[in-house]
Amino acid sequence: MSHYIPPFHEDDLDPVEGRTNLILTHPTYSELTETVAHPIENPHKVWWIFFMAALSLLSLAGLSVGYLLWEGIGIWGNNVPLGWGWPIVNFVFWVGIGHAGTLISAVLFLFRQKWRTSINRAAEAMTIFAVICALMFPTIHVGRVWVIYWPLPLPNQMDLWPNFRSPLLWDVFAVSTYFTVSLLFWYVGLIPDIATMRDRSKTFIRKVAYGIFALGWRGSHRHWVNYEAAYLLLAAMATPLVLSVHSIVSFDFAVSQLPGWHTTIFPPYFVAGAVFSGFAMVLTLMIPLRVWLKMDHIITTKHLENMAKIILLTGTLVGYAYAMEFFIAWYSGNPYESFAFVNRAFGDYGWAYWIMLSCNVVTPQFIWVKRIRQSPFALFILSIFVNIGMWFERFVIVATSLHHDFLPSSWGYLTPTMWYVTTLLGSFGLFFTLFLLFVRFLPIIALSEIKSILPQANPHYVDPKDDDDSGQSATGEVESHAGAPADEEVSSAKVVIADSAAIDVQPPDKPDKKPDKAEKAAEEKAAADKAAADKAAEEKAAADKAAEDKAAEEKAAADKAAEEKAADKAAEEKAAADKAEAEKAEAEKAEAEKAEAAKAEADAKDKKKAQSDAFTFKPPADKATDEEGSS
Amino acid sequence: MAKRSKTYGLLAEYETSGALYAACEKVRDAGYGAWDAHTPFPVHGLEKAMGMKSSWVPWIVCVMGFSGAIGGFLMQYWMSAVDYPLIISAKPFNSYPAFVPVTFEAAILLGSFGAVFGMFGLNRLPTLYHSLFNSKNFLRFSDDRFFISIEARDPKYGLDKTRTLLESTGALSVEEVDD
Repeated sequence: MSHYIPPFHEDDLDPVEGRTNLILTHPTYSELTETVAHPIENPHKVWWIFFMAALSLLSLAGLSVGYLLWEGIGIWGNNVPLGWGWPIVNFVFWVGIGHAGTLISAVLFLFRQKWRTSINRAAEAMTIFAVICALMFPTIHVGRVWVIYWPLPLPNQMDLWPNFRSPLLWDVFAVSTYFTVSLLFWYVGLIPDIATMRDRSKTFIRKVAYGIFALGWRGSHRHWVNYEAAYLLLAAMATPLVLSVHSIVSFDFAVSQLPGWHTTIFPPYFVAGAVFSGFAMVLTLMIPLRVWLKMDHIITTKHLENMAKIILLTGTLVGYAYAMEFFIAWYSGNPYESFAFVNRAFGDYGWAYWIMLSCNVVTPQFIWVKRIRQSPFALFILSIFVNIGMWFERFVIVATSLHHDFLPSSWGYLTPTMWYVTTLLGSFGLFFTLFLLFVRFLPIIALSEIKSILPQANPHYVDPKDDDDSGQSATGEVESHAGAPADEEVSSAKVVIADSAAIDVQPPDKPDKKPDKAEKAAEEKAAADKAAADKAAEEKAAADKAAEDKAAEEKAAADKAAEEKAADKAAEEKAAADKAEAEKAEAEKAEAEKAEAAKAEADAKDKKKAQSDAFTFKPPADKATDEEGSS
Repeated sequence: MAKRSKTYGLLAEYETSGALYAACEKVRDAGYGAWDAHTPFPVHGLEKAMGMKSSWVPWIVCVMGFSGAIGGFLMQYWMSAVDYPLIISAKPFNSYPAFVPVTFEAAILLGSFGAVFGMFGLNRLPTLYHSLFNSKNFLRFSDDRFFISIEARDPKYGLDKTRTLLESTGALSVEEVDD
């Protein structure tokens, strides 16, 4: 593969920013609202099938947990030395899954990754539901759920306080803070969209329900300013928070003195693993969802591809951590440590280790292949493998270090009972029940955010279709609105571009929009045009203006001399510009006035150069192509 | 309450964010104070066109975050070293390195409360009833339309004068909203 040229259309470019549009098919604001509100207002029958399936799994959880509370955790068979068993495996697994949601909503927000807007809502919901599932496990694992409030620093009759030196207590604070902050973050993001649902509601119940949760939101910009500040700061706080949470979860292991757990690599390694598994879960959820809810123009292949790349990165980091653990075990010279790792790979749990390794290290490497990472089906399969692999990673970590205690007399092997399996399946039931309710009642796409990344959301935007005659018709309005944002940081230069027919030309800095045309240098074209323009100007009206710069001359030509000079100059210029003519012809078809010789000349000159700007937006096009190609 | 009139004010509707932006500048330059823009999404840079000052939310978050950190640490210190000192794993009563995680989490938790509830407070949310909802057309703010509302309580407000101003900004429609 020599050089990848992405399927590219001029229509796919954002005219102001010059980047490829993230939302395809050029929806209007209200079309997006319709698309997102449709599954809520006209639920699919299939939803009930999924929901019933999820509910039955949830009832399995109810059954298992009920029996557990009645009988005690003996039903799991948790025993020394494997006291932690599956519940802690499941806890770490679910917390890890949650991390992708925060990564998408907070970290990518701080990095100004606009593609996050299509997936952040659903990913945040996934975070919250995953954390709920996670919290379930330590809660029931303590055995006496009715005293689960003991880790909280509450005054009590014994005048005792929790032990703040224990990582398990840090975990209580970390995970509960994480849950609270994620919920707030999610809700704050939802407010404008709940308001949209409220304003569309037809029934009384919906009006009241959405109305209460929308808090009376009225899109006031005075509110938006505070809202955006709050959102940014929440993102800024959630970012270190998410890193801290899985670091603290890893402290549960790393702060202990057990071989195989007591390693400094654990915090970063757990965080990478969490992001890895979380993104896999996002893919698992979003790939069917985008097809089912017909949102594949909002959650595009590009989104999936970006997530796949993050999976590749974090999967490779995890692979590195696996290797480094072994290296350090050998390098430390500590026989217990070395044994723990040799035993991990080749001992009783060797089978689990190799499942983990192949799922987590080998599977993501397929993402290097572009065809695989652009195929939703392949990514879906791959994400399932990653989910399985990451569950096994936690299992391997918990089981292998515990099952061989320091004395061979206290070695053991964990054989899962039926109740282990039902509780795990039940937690999936809980997760999917919550997620399906979310899909049914809340906008799964952050509407206000995707609207804000549409090209027309930018106040600098001028519709190319309107722009053809903007020179004549809308001058006043366009001018005021083009002039206004010029003092602003956002690429003001490009606004002028959209108006180029009226205002003037910007020399194209990146001449060609397609690589194959690169040789027909735009410089040539530009030179020819300019020469022609110069001549025109000089001959007719611009003899006195010769001292002025070329732009001025062109303007003069266009403004004053165009009509008179048109007839005789026409032939000359056409000849000079013939090369570009073919390309331009299509674009100009639309313009009826082009037919008029008089205007045509002046316009032709400008258009040729500015065509990219006014119409096809060449320079950005080129940039976007490069980006795509190099990525 | 005192100066409550029958009209809430005028509501002008715009089709694009660009038109809204230009209109906001005109209203700002005309010197109005009690007015607002209503948009389906935050239009970037609009606060400049509206002549607004920056948000207070960061200061609230800053104060709350530091109180969380200080409070979180003092709580642990008081519980572990003052109120009921216990020797655990031969660690000192004030084993401050072990207090770092909870201190950090407390700072984040209170900071987030500051961000969210501070924002609610500054925005006076929830406000379930608002006069603007008397306009049926206004509900399109959450879909695809952009609005400017100028309140009647603004000293510069005059029904005809303000209407002329709004109409001169290229509004699709200008309507009077009941209070």
